[in-house]
Amino acid sequence: MNKIKTADFIKKYTMIIVLIVVTGFFAWRTGGAILLPMNVSSLISQNAYVFILATGMLLCILTGGNIDLSVGSVVCFVGAIGAVLMVNMKVNMWVAILVMFLVGILIGAFQGFWIAFVRIPPFIVTLAGMLVFRGLSNVVLDGMTISIKDCTTFVNLFGGGANCYIPDFFGNGSLNMTCLLAGVIATVLYIGFQMKDRITKSKKGYEVGSMGAAVAKMVLISAVILVFSYRLAQHKGIPSVLIWVIVVIMVYAYITSNTTTGRYFYAVGGNEKATKLSGINTNKVYFIAYLNMGFLAALAGMVTIARMTSAQPTYGQNYEMDAIGSCFIGGASAYGGIGTVPGVIVGAVLMGVINLGMSLMGVDQNWQKVVKGLVLLAAVIFDVVSKRGGKLIAKN
Amino acid sequence: MAKILLEMKNITKTFPGVKALDNVNLKVEEGEIHALVGENGAGKSTLMNVLSGIYPYGSYEGDIIYDGEVCKFDTIKDSEAKGIVIIHQELALIPYMTIAENMFLGNERGTKYKINWNETNDRASELLKTVGLKETPQTLIKDIGVGKQQLVEIAKALAKNAKLLILDEPTASLNEDDSKALLELLLKFKKEGMTSIIISHKLNEVSYVADKITVIRDGATIETLDKKTDDISEGRIIKGMVGRELSDRFPKRESHIGDVMMEVKDWNVYHPLYTERKVVDNVSIKVKKGEVVGISGLMGAGRTELAMSLFGKSYGDKISGQLFINGKEVHLNSVQEAIKHKLAYVTEDRKGNGLILSNPIKINTTLANLDAISKHSIIDKDKEYAVAVEYKEKLKTKCPSVEQNVGNLSGGNQQKVLLAKWMFADPDVLILDEPTRGIDVGAKYEIYCIINQLVAEGKSVIMISSEMPEILGMCDRIYVMNEGRIVGELEGSEVTQELIMSHILKASSKGE
Repeated sequence: MNKIKTADFIKKYTMIIVLIVVTGFFAWRTGGAILLPMNVSSLISQNAYVFILATGMLLCILTGGNIDLSVGSVVCFVGAIGAVLMVNMKVNMWVAILVMFLVGILIGAFQGFWIAFVRIPPFIVTLAGMLVFRGLSNVVLDGMTISIKDCTTFVNLFGGGANCYIPDFFGNGSLNMTCLLAGVIATVLYIGFQMKDRITKSKKGYEVGSMGAAVAKMVLISAVILVFSYRLAQHKGIPSVLIWVIVVIMVYAYITSNTTTGRYFYAVGGNEKATKLSGINTNKVYFIAYLNMGFLAALAGMVTIARMTSAQPTYGQNYEMDAIGSCFIGGASAYGGIGTVPGVIVGAVLMGVINLGMSLMGVDQNWQKVVKGLVLLAAVIFDVVSKRGGKLIAKN
Repeated sequence: MAKILLEMKNITKTFPGVKALDNVNLKVEEGEIHALVGENGAGKSTLMNVLSGIYPYGSYEGDIIYDGEVCKFDTIKDSEAKGIVIIHQELALIPYMTIAENMFLGNERGTKYKINWNETNDRASELLKTVGLKETPQTLIKDIGVGKQQLVEIAKALAKNAKLLILDEPTASLNEDDSKALLELLLKFKKEGMTSIIISHKLNEVSYVADKITVIRDGATIETLDKKTDDISEGRIIKGMVGRELSDRFPKRESHIGDVMMEVKDWNVYHPLYTERKVVDNVSIKVKKGEVVGISGLMGAGRTELAMSLFGKSYGDKISGQLFINGKEVHLNSVQEAIKHKLAYVTEDRKGNGLILSNPIKINTTLANLDAISKHSIIDKDKEYAVAVEYKEKLKTKCPSVEQNVGNLSGGNQQKVLLAKWMFADPDVLILDEPTRGIDVGAKYEIYCIINQLVAEGKSVIMISSEMPEILGMCDRIYVMNEGRIVGELEGSEVTQELIMSHILKASSKGE
């Protein structure tokens, strides 16, 4: 019995265990450099776009392993439009943000229409989108770079630049108290919600897991939040882009696990025919997945140009691969129907840690790509083989 | 006495939980046409799959002796190398390839590195001539009809140097002329020394072509009739096919039948791809409150197609006819509308069309009625859990918890989850399509009890089943369906399996 439980535990938390091991490995190889406050902070700001795009990509993948290849180009295109509006045309920042979101949503709707209602394979539609919007970005920018350094409010809002941190309200210098306080509040809220859930569950007589496991999980997660916020506090505090990332993660984690719409994504990916026969409009589900992807790509576009303080026709290249990779490494099934937002975030962090760790070690860029590719392959092999009951070779 | 070409000895094949074949014996003489008959699920196709190596040696017990030696086939390729070729009921041709390409698929003429197209096409035209098909080898499969496709399949088998030809329901989708031509072709092959095994439901055809007939029932060989010595009339064959005792395998029920709940008038449905093919032909049926109505018929009779087309037009093309629920005419254009009008369809294919195997019981239970457990589209997970537990207990589903993935349950328990899902959708009329397919006797009894409970609550049940004892044991009234049409409506205690079978076969023989 115990053996089965251990096996289950390992299966459930594989990626978290891998993340801990990998982080440990890099901490050893870099002499602890990867855990320095500065590096923890840059892990977030460097990978903010991955978190946002991977969350959207998860919804697409859930519908049946469908991916969106166009997100990198859309990120670039939306950023280009924003920069042109704000810098060249001197449009009000808020209007520009609204337009950027609208453009993202329209692109999502356009691609979603062909995919969901006309049933053109997503691979084809988004491959076309990848070309179209890369080309349009060049056209909009006229092949040039537009600097948005002077749009300081915009840059600060989306967390780019050198000093885009949440200001320290109670600061006394070395340690950012606001950041630490936020970490403590988050921990308290987390524990509070967990306890409340347990209490209502046991009151109504539903199954509750073992107390020990629950406490262990709570202690572990609280510790992670506290250590993390302490590390950030030692640097410059909360990067403002972290707020966006956390909002996106929380909102989408809630949607996927607690709403009927979220449920439909899993149902369609699990068995489309059964879902259709349960009275669910599956076309609409596909449409929403790609519409939403456009929306989040727009957000990622803002974050990207804010971080770079400029817009360039080459931005966003390979972003789709980062997002897709994070999803699969984070346990999303290549056949759809399986995957969670927290899982995907773990996948994205793992990718980020591997990137950062290898950079700190001074590994050549090209070898970094090799390693990332192999990690992705290994993750999907693991998924497929474990679902086949551990048999490596498929039955002919 | 002629030489025995094939002997299958004491074949036993078990699937998890079900004994599909139990000590089956079959002897086929060289140069004869041997027919295999039996009800749906009797084990005919399983037996042929054992013979052709689809179920490899070692996955069954018993021996296959072919041409004097014991055979151990691992794959279809092995059996084909010996000249045993099977033609499945579902044609396995690739629509966008030519006749010649299909015929030599996996058996290409020429070398590994270069296909010899001249030889391919020459040989193809030769074989097409043999089977009497007037088409060029370059014609695409999608451009010829089903009857001609069947001939291509046979030509394909001949291309593999078949010595023993196995045809599974070869005339099921053919019209009368095509069927006749096919049977003549088989007789012609017989004269040339070919041995064939034919599986068919059309007993008039069987009596016409077969030299011997082996009857299989419930996974066991019942008897082999010889044309020369035995009576092989249809009545005699039917007796062998259904001669089974009806015991108290069905829970008793007091019927309280009320007014007409749902009525269907002049319902017509065409095939979604082959839009000239009518799959449901002018069907009119009705079901009353508190009544269990059965629809009996063989596979491919159009029962599932009828049910799904009623359920929000989820199958078929050019659907016409009227549907009344509670006396009012309704137009159900989507599954959503059907559910709203309190109609439920519980599919025959629980894994393919019914359940999400990778999701837990609780999510499957509530999927068709998420509104009932959510507010402003936010799911109340506690309520969901409570609902799942309630139905688990009501239907006695055996599972450690409702968090269990449905894929890990046995067939009977999966069926219960599927029933729970549709009971939770709170329908007035439930169409149950093969509700006990592939589940064991104990679970069947429990499903029957649930059906009785449903009608006791005043709901109406339409039960589609290929198992005649079940139809007889459970239904207040029975429609017999064949080739898309209702060919009989039977009621009362004088209904027997023979009576249903003869209704079906009478209609088949007319071959309209």
